[in-house]
Amino acid sequence: MKHSTRRAVGGALTSLTGLAALLIVGMLAVILLDVFTEGAGHVTWKFLTEAPSDGMMGGGIFPALYGTAALTLLMTLAVMPVGVLTAVYLHEYAPPDSIVARWVRVAIVNLAGVPSIVFGLFGLGFFIHFVGGGLDRVLGYQELHWAQPGILWASLTLAVLTLPVVIVATEEALRAVPLDHRTASLALGATQSQTLVRVVLPGALPGILTGAVLAVSRGAGEVAPILFTGAAYFLPDLPTSLNSQFMHLGYHTYVLATQSPDVEATRPLLYATVLVLLMLTFALNIVAVVIRTRTRRRAANAH
Amino acid sequence: MDREAPMQQSLAEPIVAPRSSPEARRRQLREKVIAGIVTAMAFTGIAALVLIIVFVAKEALDLFLDAEARHEASLAKMFTAQPTRPGRPPAYLWQPVSSVPKVSMIPLFIGTLKTTVVSMLVAVPVGVAGALFAAEFAPRRLRELLKPVIELLAGIPSVVLGFFALMVLATFLQDTFGFTYRLNAVVAGLGLALAIVPVIFTVAEDALTSVPRSYREASLALGATPWETAWKVVLPAAAPGILAGCVLGFGRAIGETMIVLMASGNAAIVSASLGDSVRSLSATIAAEMGEVVVGSPHYSLLFFIGVELFVFTFILNMVAATWTKRVLKRLTGGGS
Repeated sequence: MKHSTRRAVGGALTSLTGLAALLIVGMLAVILLDVFTEGAGHVTWKFLTEAPSDGMMGGGIFPALYGTAALTLLMTLAVMPVGVLTAVYLHEYAPPDSIVARWVRVAIVNLAGVPSIVFGLFGLGFFIHFVGGGLDRVLGYQELHWAQPGILWASLTLAVLTLPVVIVATEEALRAVPLDHRTASLALGATQSQTLVRVVLPGALPGILTGAVLAVSRGAGEVAPILFTGAAYFLPDLPTSLNSQFMHLGYHTYVLATQSPDVEATRPLLYATVLVLLMLTFALNIVAVVIRTRTRRRAANAH
Repeated sequence: MDREAPMQQSLAEPIVAPRSSPEARRRQLREKVIAGIVTAMAFTGIAALVLIIVFVAKEALDLFLDAEARHEASLAKMFTAQPTRPGRPPAYLWQPVSSVPKVSMIPLFIGTLKTTVVSMLVAVPVGVAGALFAAEFAPRRLRELLKPVIELLAGIPSVVLGFFALMVLATFLQDTFGFTYRLNAVVAGLGLALAIVPVIFTVAEDALTSVPRSYREASLALGATPWETAWKVVLPAAAPGILAGCVLGFGRAIGETMIVLMASGNAAIVSASLGDSVRSLSATIAAEMGEVVVGSPHYSLLFFIGVELFVFTFILNMVAATWTKRVLKRLTGGGS
């Protein structure tokens, strides 16, 4: 090939791939711009603090905000201990060629790829019918008490869903703690668990927090798993106990977008809800990115 | 080490192993308990995966055990054409709540396939090309800007992407291409593409950047231009990893629910046209589980769809995991 042809082909390939990258960035910009321009005007203090009214045609989203917050809080409480300890096992306790560790890793990879709607089915079959039904029998409830959709079952379902996120992030954080710190601690006579609690975990804390934030941002946006494990169409009362149903920002978005009798009338509400949901997940993602880059920089300086 | 221990002892004064104090024994016991708890926790991942398949399959099992369900939704009825009104040819119909339930899964398979194919046709070239740009051609600044942007795109909840496809994309595409049905396979597929581009990009970019610098330097030293190096050296070296990313994206597209539920029109139609409304496997579960009678054949059927989705994505994940491992092994192990 002649030199000039080769340069031309190279230029074409560079700009084509650049165009693809630009397209991705462009789509994100279009989505953001659309949601922001249509939604920003309607996000007021009143909108954030009032319950929906007029058959979802007016009012605000407070119960959905509250429900999303309560749901993700419960989910985080459930997933963090299990996720962090699993990562601790994989990185600190498992022998290098352990079969258990290998199976755990395979399970994590697959858990991360299970469709979210299947988690919903799992929540219904396992938590509601099996665990909830069992609880009702044991506790002697005549009517359905635990064997029905509720915030506890929805959050546990989400906890299983976000487990891989926490494990992967925590393991990365543990990897960033220098080996010297562990050997120094052990050389001073500390046991393995003392080393873990006083040296390794504090060192890995920023990374573990990143994992928590990523799990929250993932869990807060998922709708499919809570469709039949606890989310309610319209519920002006806030959830008061672990077995009550709840409203949710994502589910509210779905309901407003697909089941509204008058799409044009609910349009401003819909856009405002989407804007709030989007800002929430973005804020969480940005927090995660900031913690992560800070930790990385500190780790780079330490060496 | 164990074999040497007695010898060393015999050289020195006879050493009596220090009798462990109660305190030391308590410490050892505590260490064992903690290690046990940590190990037990690690099993929850495996347990969760096993429980998922067991409990989803358990609710689907009635299709094969219960006489009524077996009659209403046998495998033959799920996968072969069923008689419709007298005088009409048999057809593949998904009407599980009509007076004579028709439960052919063929329309759902076709619907899932259509949206997935559309999304892959868009997401694979864009994702891989974007990754190639980021890994090979982009200046460092631009790449460091590109990655968080992709992460933000990956962080958008799928319900928001579904909303965007439903409200904006659908109208735009109908105005541009004149679709008969506003919500169709193309709209849902493009919505899905937005969700899987970050997956493909991330995995492909990882595979590309883990190609050793020496490969590139060798190619450049032989007189190849940067694009020749990227195209003929780096891309083939990273191919298994890139393919793994595509497989992973494919799995996501099959299982993704909210986007398809909101933007596909949800009509179970057997046709070849991408302009028709479609109903996917996952969206069917989401749309029908709310009103179904617990324990009915229809209920079991929806769980059976769940089993199918689980199995599909499980296989795809295993394939992708093997391929990503292969690219790492090829590039880091062996030759170097």
